[in-house]
Amino acid sequence: MATEYMTRMGDGRRVFMTREDILADIEAGVAEGADSAEVPALSEEEIEHLLEIVCAKERIVTVEPGNEIVMSQDGGAISIDSEHTSGVPSGRILATLMYERGFCMDSIDFGHTDYSFKPVKPLISVECQQMRWVQEAVTVPVLYGAMPNMGLYYTPDGPYENPGDLMKAFKIQEARESIEKSADHLTRDIIWIVQKMMKSGGADGINFDTTGAAGDGDFFAALRAVEFLRKEFPEMYIEMGMAGESMLGIHGELEYKGKAVAGLWPHKQVELAAEAGANVFGPAVNTNTTRSFAWNLARAVTIVKEASKVSPIPVHVNMGNGVGGVPMFELPTLDALSRANKAMVELAHVDGI
Amino acid sequence: MRGVHVATSGMTGMRAAGDLVARVEFAKSMKIGDAKAYVAKKLGVDVMDLADENAMKEVREELGLGTMTEFRETPKGIAAKMNIEKVLDLKINSCELFRSLAGFI
Repeated sequence: MATEYMTRMGDGRRVFMTREDILADIEAGVAEGADSAEVPALSEEEIEHLLEIVCAKERIVTVEPGNEIVMSQDGGAISIDSEHTSGVPSGRILATLMYERGFCMDSIDFGHTDYSFKPVKPLISVECQQMRWVQEAVTVPVLYGAMPNMGLYYTPDGPYENPGDLMKAFKIQEARESIEKSADHLTRDIIWIVQKMMKSGGADGINFDTTGAAGDGDFFAALRAVEFLRKEFPEMYIEMGMAGESMLGIHGELEYKGKAVAGLWPHKQVELAAEAGANVFGPAVNTNTTRSFAWNLARAVTIVKEASKVSPIPVHVNMGNGVGGVPMFELPTLDALSRANKAMVELAHVDGI
Repeated sequence: MRGVHVATSGMTGMRAAGDLVARVEFAKSMKIGDAKAYVAKKLGVDVMDLADENAMKEVREELGLGTMTEFRETPKGIAAKMNIEKVLDLKINSCELFRSLAGFI
């Protein structure tokens, strides 16, 4: 009977597979990733390396000394404090210190519990006050984190008609106009908030989390904000993390610097992020819960490797639950998480996570 | 989850020199290899030392870059960051704000 290795499915379930079955899934994942994103496939040597990582007997695997990378995060301080996550009654400032001195993070983000730019507007003085406390106490870089989250600008939550409703009524042009107005509003809001945060809060910079969650208009609005902010604050840190692997073309015709925004994969998204003025790019590759961990990881590594290769700026791959080959489960298992991490460092050559 | 990531490949922040390398990645848009080389040169250490807590603790104490344990009279927070500015030859926004509010500039 062939030896079976304990591994996972994309939803985190424990399964046992033979080395041959894992290899077949890795090859299929590489092929799917290369085909979808139109990027080169991994070489035979890289596939063999990935196979060794997935089939490692140890519960947790690590990179070799000297190959370490740095960590950044989104939703960090609030993931200790907020009721919807850990619920530890610590407050955000204490949570930030815990991340620095307990979790040994290389950089940290600090944000509002809703974690979107729009709700921060009426609370900006509080956010700046809290950021100043953090900056005076913490040594590691602390970025203010928030999601562009352009969905909040559509009815019933915002002032502009929901493009989904308009499209259902075949009002395509009206839907596009609504997206454009929302994008203008979002760009203005981001710039206003970040100006306050840099000047009054003393933040090291901004972490744009889940950029593009509301499609190409969301990404477009964030890119314009980054471009403006880079000119005003030449030395600020700007990390742009993405929501998904392929930019959804809700509008479909938006262009940034003459390039269509819709349909871009990470190796093309990063070009725009860098051109706008971001310092660090965070690609996101989604996990398919019905495929194996090996398939998902192989696919994610294939896509992120090309983004890392072409990127002129550091790449910090998103590796929370459900992205970057990590199973879609709110408590990602240690075995899968460490294997995905090692593979991204050694095969996709990322600069951070 | 972050603990596993840090254990697998992290530079362990202030335990070693992870925060310094991260800061250079952000401040100078340098990729990991270049950022490590930059920090190592500024600190006068080997690149391999940067993720080595044993090697870095003394360096951080000597240069006043902030340490995890504070029972010695080492700078922390904004004071440590002012030393980091000098050692890494970069500006830190919170230090600029602090100096401005304190009337230093």
